[in-house]
Amino acid sequence: MSAKIEANAKKAVNRGEITKWQAAVRDMKVNRVAYLMVAPFFLVFFVFTVLPVILSLFFSFTIFNMLEPPKFIFMDNYIRLILDDDIFLLAIKNTLIFAAITGPVSYLLSLLMAWFINELTPKMRAFVTTIFYAPSISGQVYLIWTILFSGDQYGYVNGLLMKMNVITTPIQFFQNPSYIMPLVIVVALWTSLGTAFLSFIAGLQTIDRSLYEAAAMDGVKNRWQELWYVTLPTMKPQLMFGAIMAITSSFGFGGVITALCGFPSTDYVAHTIMHHLEDYGSQRFEMGYASAIATILFFFMIGANMLVRKILSKVGS
Amino acid sequence: MSKLRIRKSNHAMNRSFGGDIAINTILIIFGCFMFLPMFYALCQSLKPLEELWIFPPRFYVVNPTLKNFSDLFKLMSTSWVPFSRYIFNTALVSVAGTFGNVIFSSFAAYALAKIKFPGRNLLFQIVVYSLMFNSTVTAITNFITMSALGWVDTYWAIIVPAWGSTTGLYLMKQFMETSVPDSVLESARLDGASEMRTMWTIAMPMVKPAWLTLIVFSFQGLWNSGASIFIHSEQLKTFNYAISQILAGGIVRAGAGAASTVIMMIVPITVFVLTQSNIVETMSSSGMKD
Repeated sequence: MSAKIEANAKKAVNRGEITKWQAAVRDMKVNRVAYLMVAPFFLVFFVFTVLPVILSLFFSFTIFNMLEPPKFIFMDNYIRLILDDDIFLLAIKNTLIFAAITGPVSYLLSLLMAWFINELTPKMRAFVTTIFYAPSISGQVYLIWTILFSGDQYGYVNGLLMKMNVITTPIQFFQNPSYIMPLVIVVALWTSLGTAFLSFIAGLQTIDRSLYEAAAMDGVKNRWQELWYVTLPTMKPQLMFGAIMAITSSFGFGGVITALCGFPSTDYVAHTIMHHLEDYGSQRFEMGYASAIATILFFFMIGANMLVRKILSKVGS
Repeated sequence: MSKLRIRKSNHAMNRSFGGDIAINTILIIFGCFMFLPMFYALCQSLKPLEELWIFPPRFYVVNPTLKNFSDLFKLMSTSWVPFSRYIFNTALVSVAGTFGNVIFSSFAAYALAKIKFPGRNLLFQIVVYSLMFNSTVTAITNFITMSALGWVDTYWAIIVPAWGSTTGLYLMKQFMETSVPDSVLESARLDGASEMRTMWTIAMPMVKPAWLTLIVFSFQGLWNSGASIFIHSEQLKTFNYAISQILAGGIVRAGAGAASTVIMMIVPITVFVLTQSNIVETMSSSGMKD
């Protein structure tokens, strides 16, 4: 390897000035092994993550049922989605409401709780962190909410309300349109203290104590000022990463919704883009139409992330 | 929770007593919100039949019994697909997916973090962008890809995509960048060690917290995977799917259902408790520079 580098270096010297392109090619040859090392991961990654995005953009301009070859119809899928599909418009509305609440709230909760937890002793910190983090990693344990809010008198909440004579007949919490959305949001928030939360916990622990001492000398008086002038600017990289995690998962609670109130939910009150996608993609096999939905969802997610990144880049500046 | 005490000495400047009380109060209230449903699941799983169906319902359990767990195992042995098969499926998918993900991510992360080859910034940028959308977007077209590969209704459809999961690669790369000094690698290279050797013998032992974290995250994700659009055969479905079926049984199986959620949550929580310090260490370098 090192002999090769020398040989290449000599060549470069002999030829005098080499172009940028030649330099790049030389770097590539020298670092062949690097490409070998990234190849397995990126092969899988491109096939199952990048390619699908490109493919769904392509299929979104076609009619495709997986039996006959795709037929090109240009923008018809998008026109049909926006002009003819009332349920899709409802799904967009629900998705945005859902994401606009769960995303920021879970993000702020993660940050606030991590900040509070950081003030505890190390043992307490580990214990409380586990309690807060547990619901997000415990699989379908959120289904316990269906028992808590079960629609008969044996559901804990109904039983309690009936005993206190607030209501006389049990409320069908997960069937009644006026309760579905708020309940689902609460459950989603319950499971949302995940990767971002851990990232904040870790970020807070690594902040150099001397920064606080210096800030105290400079006249920082209380913990709120400390938070704004020292803590947040120092952990900006974590804030960025946490935001991406929170936003991406705020668009991914479709499974929770289906598990709680079934599919479709009563009057489609909790019908999101994910549900619409699943409906057309894996039930009706209208792949072209589903691809158009996936493409729109993709741009929603990327757009939300870009927007938030822009806002966060202003923190502490 | 009652052990939350007001911190006295630990960097005490700039701390008002009122603020301490407010913070601890909020922590306790929110802690209850997070903890009580889990606790309720545990109570439900220990309740005998007559306590499950009393009115008004009771939160806690008076005469705890393990009958629900034995019922669950009885239910398992009479199901159409033997329950051990579901557990085997989950274990197989979790282990195979995690193994490939950790190996592939480690190699790629090392190259991205420590070898200056043309294109590495571009590749990493794409990875960062991929963190911004989730698998809902890719599921439909992946179904087309899977059927072209003939992988629909096989384990491959779940295992192989897990190998290219990006959160792990991202964390590993960031961690290597901050905790493996270039000088150490440089001296190994000067001694004539190949890149592969340098990575295995020098870099990998230094990033133990990162690969432990990767194992935990990847395993949790796969352990919790339920119904998939790629799998139709009952024999290939996972433990998590089977549990959701039991829970869907509703009234009849309320006790067994609660017992199964408890079994389901014990594994990831235990794993997290055991590895927490490593995970937090890894996450400390998770930050994203502009």
